[in-house]
Amino acid sequence: MRAAFLICQKELKSYFASPIAYLLMAFFGLIFGFGMFTATRDFVRFSFQMQMQGGQAPMNINQQIIGPLLSFGSTITLFLVPMITMRLFAEEKKSGTIELLLTSPVTDLQIIVGKWLGAMLLYLCILVMSVINVALLFAWGKPDIRPVLVAYLGLILQAGCLLAIGEFISTLTRNQIIAGGVTFFVCLLLWLLNWMTSFDTGPLFSVINYISIVTHFDNFSKGVIESKDIIFYCSMIFFALFITSRSMESLRWRS
Amino acid sequence: MIKVEGLTKRYARTVAVDNISFEVEKGQIVGFLGPNGAGKTTTMRVLTCFLPPSEGKASVAGFDVLENPMEVKKRIGYLPETPPLYPEMEVVEYLNFVGKLKGIESKELRARVDEIMRRCAVFDVRNKLISKLSKGYRQRVGLAQALLHYPDVLILDEPTSGLDPKQIIETRELIHSLAGDHTIILSTHILSEVEHSCERVIIISQGKLVATDSVANLTNRLRGSEAVAVELEAEDGRPNPSDVQRRLEQVSGVSRVVMKDSRNGRLAFEVESLQGRQIRSDLARAVVNAGWNLNELRSVGLSLEDIFLQLTASEQKELQPVGAQS
Repeated sequence: MRAAFLICQKELKSYFASPIAYLLMAFFGLIFGFGMFTATRDFVRFSFQMQMQGGQAPMNINQQIIGPLLSFGSTITLFLVPMITMRLFAEEKKSGTIELLLTSPVTDLQIIVGKWLGAMLLYLCILVMSVINVALLFAWGKPDIRPVLVAYLGLILQAGCLLAIGEFISTLTRNQIIAGGVTFFVCLLLWLLNWMTSFDTGPLFSVINYISIVTHFDNFSKGVIESKDIIFYCSMIFFALFITSRSMESLRWRS
Repeated sequence: MIKVEGLTKRYARTVAVDNISFEVEKGQIVGFLGPNGAGKTTTMRVLTCFLPPSEGKASVAGFDVLENPMEVKKRIGYLPETPPLYPEMEVVEYLNFVGKLKGIESKELRARVDEIMRRCAVFDVRNKLISKLSKGYRQRVGLAQALLHYPDVLILDEPTSGLDPKQIIETRELIHSLAGDHTIILSTHILSEVEHSCERVIIISQGKLVATDSVANLTNRLRGSEAVAVELEAEDGRPNPSDVQRRLEQVSGVSRVVMKDSRNGRLAFEVESLQGRQIRSDLARAVVNAGWNLNELRSVGLSLEDIFLQLTASEQKELQPVGAQS
């Protein structure tokens, strides 16, 4: 485990040694802030209208701002993941440092888990940018904190899956652009699957819908923890890291 | 210390290493010699557990690379062809990372990194970013990385490539000073390097083992006969080169006389003797008795360069028909 933390630490350092970490944080902060602005503006406008009409429709910050906002955050994540994971293995393969890692007394699993943890921690740093916005809502409104925490848990689990998949794709090539491009395509596909199947019903569609990583986030965004979603995410992370280790193994045999 | 038996490594279409066997004793420096693409790097990668062998066995310090890779990795320091450096790290930071990766205790680490940096002459750049270092410094940081955990076996893939002459000498001296404590395999395609720093040499060409012996033995084995360079003073076409050649050929024990040069008032010949015959004194007497001026007479040992060319050339001759058929 020590070795995994060591590699995680190294990954995190190299993210922050290059502009990429700051760039992604700024990118996410900006877009999320824009989402926050539109969501609150609409909320305020809507609540004024309600008051003018004299009705007392229940206005709920959780349901009308935070839920949609964090769903929006999960969509942005799809765009961030390729940029986080593309370098994980591709860069090491290109620069030859993979030889150092693979000839040091550490196991493949420690390397894989370490790199994944590093990517996760960077994602958490990026996610912190959104906390500023949500904190503002807590300062001026009285939303319930529990559904917010659940939504954040969902975001983290979802990102865990996508990062593990991205890590796997990064082991397949020594070209970062290809790794990033393919990961982006896969993320986009998962997003489209969800979008496509949301209009249709039927056994095939429900299977596709179940596979789509984004679908399982919906419950979390509503503040609902379902064990099937957690199990889905955890097994997906496990599976992706497992095929990553298989891919590394085959790397040795093929290369 | 290192034992390789029938090692074969096949890639998708090519055989990189073909049935190689050799052994290396503890504390030896062994040169791994071969032209580019001969399979040096592949063999080293197998020894460092980076690649698994397709066939055959390789073991380091008694541990098999397939069955006990962890134990092998603990005992090996490896410097690949391109030093495995993280450009965004400082030298100290990098060596600390590698030290921890190799499992050095954190309380020892600081002193160890300091010592190795001094030994590899990178102490004065310790707080520089690796991306800002010159090629020579990078190479030495790479060497420092390989030495850090005092490995039993050091595997260096072309350790002096890209260095300037002064750095090459320094690196050679460093490698020399490491012998004894460490068993060292270094690969190179520069022959003088092996002559300078290695006790034994393993020559491979096109994936096959061509020769393995001590440098001195190899020279002896291949030198069927003694070669002597003879140089005479000449003026206005006298003495006549063909006369000299005929006279030298008459000396007993001479097998062959080759004219090398006849310019700038000198005549140079290379004379080869029959096996085991000392001909230098007879040659000198013959030249002086004929009334010619003898400028130089020296024995030419075959250099490793010649050996290498002879070995790999004969190898190529054997292989050519096979290549033609396919």
